[in-house]
Amino acid sequence: MEYYKITSQEIDVNEVVSSVIHPESGAVNTFIGTVREFTGQKQTVSLQYEAYPSMAEKQLCRIGSEISDRWPGVKTSIVHRTGKLAISDIAVVIAVASPHRAESYEASRYAIERIKEIVPIWKKEYWVDGEEWIGDQLEQTSYPNGRPEEERHD
Amino acid sequence: MIKVLFFADQREKVGKDQLEFDGEGMNIHAVKTYLEEKYPALALDRTMTAVNEEYEEEEERLMEKNDVIAFIPPVSGG
Repeated sequence: MEYYKITSQEIDVNEVVSSVIHPESGAVNTFIGTVREFTGQKQTVSLQYEAYPSMAEKQLCRIGSEISDRWPGVKTSIVHRTGKLAISDIAVVIAVASPHRAESYEASRYAIERIKEIVPIWKKEYWVDGEEWIGDQLEQTSYPNGRPEEERHD
Repeated sequence: MIKVLFFADQREKVGKDQLEFDGEGMNIHAVKTYLEEKYPALALDRTMTAVNEEYEEEEERLMEKNDVIAFIPPVSGG
């Protein structure tokens, strides 16, 4: 059974993976996003993720619908963690099951890119020498149309 | 009454995570202006608007009783 969840608990990867496996699936692709220590010269000590949980879960569900519209027969589950995370902790798990392998790679990529566009989750980075909400950086995306563009990842 | 939710840097600038006020009948643009005047540190020009957990593009949309509005800063999940 597909599911879309924001959680403050550690993510059980196997639970996410097994939720999408079904008799018609011949491939399961799992994407695991972890906390990276170095971004260029910047050294991250820890991260804090915050979400608008009820809306974020709706948007994750919408991504699952977009995927099954594009790739019929593909099933998706997504879990994103919130709260304070340390280096190498798992922040997000996406599992995609499809009849054949090609769609599982494409749909998995689509899911993570869409998360970065439309799901209300923010991370605050704590560096050795400071802290900052990443969504607040000036070089980050702004939304001239008042909302993210759709269907940008063909 | 309507409810405004604040997230991430907004919550830190405003010092609380939500605000209820008598905003029925105001449009989204007016709500933004009201909040930016009330909290000068807030910058809502680069945000997306969500009303009742759905993105709302229409700035002229009028607030109704019990609406929950949020100004979504650029997201950084994943």
